[in-house]
Amino acid sequence: MTSSTTTKPAAGAMLPRRRRFGAETIFRWLTTGAGTAVLVIIVAIATFLIAEAVPALRDNKENFFTYKEWFTGPADRKFGIAALAFGTVLSATIALLLAVPVALGIALFLSHYAPRRISTTLGFLIDLLAAVPSIVFGLWGRDYLVDPVKDLSAWLNEYMGWLPLFGGDGPFGKSVLLGSIVLAIMVLPIITSLSREVFMQTPKANEEAALALGATKWEMIRTSVLPYGRPGIIAAVLLGLGRALGETIALAMTLGTTFVISFNLVETGGNSIAANIANKFGEADDFGRGALIASGLVLFTITLIVNMTARAIVYRRREFR
Amino acid sequence: MMVSLTARRLPRFAPLAIGAGAVAVAAGLSFGLGLGGPVMTGILAALLFVAALFGTAWRVEGSRAARNRVASALIYGAFVLAVIPLVSVMFTVVDKGWARLDGTFFGTSMNNISAFDAHGGAYHAIIGTLEQVGIAVLITVPLGILGAVYIVEYGRGKLASWIRFFVDVMTGIPSIVAGLFILAFWVMVVSPMFSADGAPTLSGFAASLALSVLMLPTVVRSTEEMLRLVPNELREGSYALGIPKWKTITKIVLPTAGPGIVTGVMLAIARAAGETAPVMLVAGVNSAIAFNPFESQSSLSYYVFDQATDSSKYAEPRAWAGALTLVAIVLTLTVVAKLLARRSKLSR
Repeated sequence: MTSSTTTKPAAGAMLPRRRRFGAETIFRWLTTGAGTAVLVIIVAIATFLIAEAVPALRDNKENFFTYKEWFTGPADRKFGIAALAFGTVLSATIALLLAVPVALGIALFLSHYAPRRISTTLGFLIDLLAAVPSIVFGLWGRDYLVDPVKDLSAWLNEYMGWLPLFGGDGPFGKSVLLGSIVLAIMVLPIITSLSREVFMQTPKANEEAALALGATKWEMIRTSVLPYGRPGIIAAVLLGLGRALGETIALAMTLGTTFVISFNLVETGGNSIAANIANKFGEADDFGRGALIASGLVLFTITLIVNMTARAIVYRRREFR
Repeated sequence: MMVSLTARRLPRFAPLAIGAGAVAVAAGLSFGLGLGGPVMTGILAALLFVAALFGTAWRVEGSRAARNRVASALIYGAFVLAVIPLVSVMFTVVDKGWARLDGTFFGTSMNNISAFDAHGGAYHAIIGTLEQVGIAVLITVPLGILGAVYIVEYGRGKLASWIRFFVDVMTGIPSIVAGLFILAFWVMVVSPMFSADGAPTLSGFAASLALSVLMLPTVVRSTEEMLRLVPNELREGSYALGIPKWKTITKIVLPTAGPGIVTGVMLAIARAAGETAPVMLVAGVNSAIAFNPFESQSSLSYYVFDQATDSSKYAEPRAWAGALTLVAIVLTLTVVAKLLARRSKLSR
């Protein structure tokens, strides 16, 4: 039969031909586009913030970086972030000073002290803390935590008032201390979860070597767990810092909204870039919005640098493994 | 003569006894001498406990063991310290929110409610939250999953590692900056093109966009992690049957990772639903029921902020009721998401 030779497929003909605009290509471009969207968004954020901030900065009658007050009404257009930036850094720093030791303690507790079986559940409790919306923390801080903090402030003022940090005559209440404590509670779960992961990865051999040499549990942690986890701890703290710098609503509700540069923690006062945006936005006209966007641009730049540093540390570490 | 080979140890009940003693002394000091209230008692008791434990252990067991004991006490204490605010927030929210949690709260809006009206509700705000978060999910889930597929399955070289890096960086963008970005981009530049009079419009949709900026990196990250957990054997088996890569991904890889991806999306929703700052900047103010997301809308978290900063004496109970509703929604989502994750077949 001669027909059989014509119907016999040539070798390889069953394989699909690779088409230039086939489903595979389209799908790959689709995913590439979605991935690139992230880069586009970050660039767009910077571009649009700059574009809207520049007109307001041009009309600003004072130096944006050294002026402390914030007036954007039609009468006087002068604003500066000196006091706001200071307040942001101050409250974030105090928050981290409070949160980091506790967070590292919790991370060690979950990774090395708590019984294995309940450690996940206890860790889940800490994750729940991260899930509570910041507006709820703000409300709780303003209406409930304010009283104990007032007591504490009065006590610190009475017995340690010779320190500028706790000086002044009051009134106490909506102060940097209150804002920082609320902030500390909010960044706690972030620092905890990352450092806990790092602590869990400590090589068993290192730990056992320390214990075999007769180290107590704490000496084992100090000599094997903490040194191994140091880059991770630094990254975790930086991520917490990034979160603390950008927190808005909780601080808008718990800080006293003043425009001064002062290290006093207990007197009514304190402010931050993000809280100021939330407080001033309602009454802002077009110029005022531009001014707030300018301050947002500063915040974006600071948090971007902090976050990139943190991630770079995490990434370099990942390559070593 | 018998020589003991083990070091001297404190009896097991010693830390408990020292703790009880510390609390008693602290309470006596702070209430008896009038130093302060319960907070001071707690602080004082903790300090006394640590000092007394260190001293006793130092005398009986030596300095190294004493340091070990203090470290353990501090580490356990850190956990207890973190649970206190969690319990306190939960208790306060339920305690204060309970009063106004009634049919009126869920069934009416704040339209025509003056400062002297005790009723008024959050119906409009709940609708706003549901619509805004819903639209944000519609935007971020396809985009986020495709982005994660790119990172895990297709991405090679510089571009992929840059994208991976910036997804991580993007998780740290403050929510207020996302709000300002949508204000500068959508509200001030794009929305005038669509409005009849060429004026910028604040809308629920703008809030959805801001929430999308916040949700996207979370969805990409969690999906990426899940895709990496899918065993390579599944992919190779599919390729061996001659199935093209895109079909392998959509029919084999994504369904396998499905439950994990759902968990990640739910956690992202929980985070977005609680955001106040971006909504406050771009969603506008509307105290009436608005189903159209292209108009001004309220949202539950903004409702809480709005009522909390209102001077009417009836506003505060509404704020707490709103906070209770919000916490209930967010925590339910979080707990269900975590339970789903635990049941997922892919485990790390």
